[in-house]
Amino acid sequence: MAKSVVEIKNLSKIFQRDSFSVAALESIDLDVKEGEFLCLMGPSGSGKTTLLNIIAGIDRPTGGELHVLGEDIATLSEDALATWRNVHVGFVFQTFNLIPVLTAYENVELPLLLTKLSAAERKEHVLMALKLVGLADRIDHYPRQLSGGQEQRVAIARAIVTDPTLVVADEPTGDLDAYSADEVLDILSRLNRDFKKTILMVTHDPRAAHHATVVRHLEKGQLLPVEN
Amino acid sequence: MAIPLKYNLRNLAVRRTTTAMTASSITLTVTVFVVLMALAQGLQTSLTATGHPLNLIVMRDGSQSETQSSVQRDALQTIKYLEGIAKNEKGEPVVSPELVVLINLPRRGQVQGSNVTIRGLGPEGFAMRKEFKLVEGREYRSGLREVIVSKRIAERFQNCGLGDRLKFAKGYWTVVGIFDAGNTAFASEIWTNADDLAPDFDRDAYSSVLVRATDAGAVQRLKKAVADDRRLHLKADTEQEYYERQTRTAAPIKFLGIFIAALMAVGASFAAMNTMYAAVARRTKEIGALRVVGFSRGSILLSFIIESVLIAALGGFMGCLLALPINGVTTGTTNFMTFSELAFSFQITPGLMLAGMIFAVLMGFIGGLFPAWRAAHENIVTALRST
Repeated sequence: MAKSVVEIKNLSKIFQRDSFSVAALESIDLDVKEGEFLCLMGPSGSGKTTLLNIIAGIDRPTGGELHVLGEDIATLSEDALATWRNVHVGFVFQTFNLIPVLTAYENVELPLLLTKLSAAERKEHVLMALKLVGLADRIDHYPRQLSGGQEQRVAIARAIVTDPTLVVADEPTGDLDAYSADEVLDILSRLNRDFKKTILMVTHDPRAAHHATVVRHLEKGQLLPVEN
Repeated sequence: MAIPLKYNLRNLAVRRTTTAMTASSITLTVTVFVVLMALAQGLQTSLTATGHPLNLIVMRDGSQSETQSSVQRDALQTIKYLEGIAKNEKGEPVVSPELVVLINLPRRGQVQGSNVTIRGLGPEGFAMRKEFKLVEGREYRSGLREVIVSKRIAERFQNCGLGDRLKFAKGYWTVVGIFDAGNTAFASEIWTNADDLAPDFDRDAYSSVLVRATDAGAVQRLKKAVADDRRLHLKADTEQEYYERQTRTAAPIKFLGIFIAALMAVGASFAAMNTMYAAVARRTKEIGALRVVGFSRGSILLSFIIESVLIAALGGFMGCLLALPINGVTTGTTNFMTFSELAFSFQITPGLMLAGMIFAVLMGFIGGLFPAWRAAHENIVTALRST
């Protein structure tokens, strides 16, 4: 049996807005196995992104238990968490979030600058990642010189360049046309199938969900039971 | 590893207009700072460069400058034969009794005048001043009411050129020579024979006596001998000590320089701060992305401080360049110890340029600190949501 990459028990997240508290997530129990492609779906404001952010270590839960890759990440300091993210998690955002003044190559290289790899090793990794997303010929292009789909593929290359166990994607096709969206989803499927990456994807797009191995629905901060 | 420098450099290039405007506020501040400090530096150099280490100025005990002092003629005889005074080739003591008076002369192109020092020298006076060099004309001859004028005074005051006739005291004096005394206080004086000058000003006594010691040990012995002789009521300072004391004339200029530069620096730092706050606000999402891929708060802080310092360093460099042409330009001020004109040159030294650069970097650092702090402490989720 595959081991768990994400183990969540009774997790909650409450936002304090002045005198009001809003429960974004309530009593979440979730277990994500290694090699799964989990798709989180649900209406706006259901807490999908919050849950994704908490699992990826860029937000913290208010209560409950959370282990990602065996680590109780809620207890890590800010800097320790930053290092943990660099090693274990790759991110893909809806709006790509590439650095506009850096080329495709330099954007992909960014996470590697925090590793001990030599310049030559970094180059090898960056070129491999860009080749994997089909952009080996665009290494010197700046984000503004790329199409939306190409930008998102560069962002995927950046997410996988450190060879993380877990790749999280927040609405990765939200800003893309249908053709580019398919390309991006194909790449994510390939990462899951051929490279055994565990993928967590938040999406509204029912077509995107077809690529997933597991689909879970969130509503009003609660995870609905698994559909059979 | 920190966030690569090219990230900052390219961002500066992208918003080049803002970068240039912020840098120019720092440029102006550094220019003013360097120019005013060059003024103080030039003044200080002209006073500290004056004097031979073995020369002693004997003055009345308690007087601060030669113009306040008087040394009676009979005291000169006692001084001349003190032990430790050097002898010339004729075996005579190397001593120059001198008379220092101030006259008011109009500056060139102005009606208003300024006090200029006239120094009457003894026969040994020239030989005792290594800085002295006659550049035009000849030396004065005694009994003929002749003067020689320093180059800087000749350039700056009316009727001081070669061949001109200068009216002071009881009549006209002819300028027969122009001399150069380098960067020293003598470069702001008019010289003549002490014995010609004294009757014109009805002076019986000298202002001071310049004596040359045989060696460094004799300097101390002579100082003690003069101080210990109760009949004289005189004191002896080395020439260098005497002029160094006058460097406090530079203090108000230095203070003014630092004060004005500090005021401008507040403005320039705010400009840098404003620019950096705008940069942080514009790049909030990028900061979020950098944090997500694993860059720590510390590296974000450092990166934005470096960016601010880079703008400031560019401004500082331009400021130093802009100030450079003033180097060597001659100006003058009143020496507050002697109340006479002191001509000197602006002096921009490598040390001063370095100080200008450090000043600029400091402005950049202070201006960048708070915006960088904000960038580093931005909540990642909020940063990623920003537009």
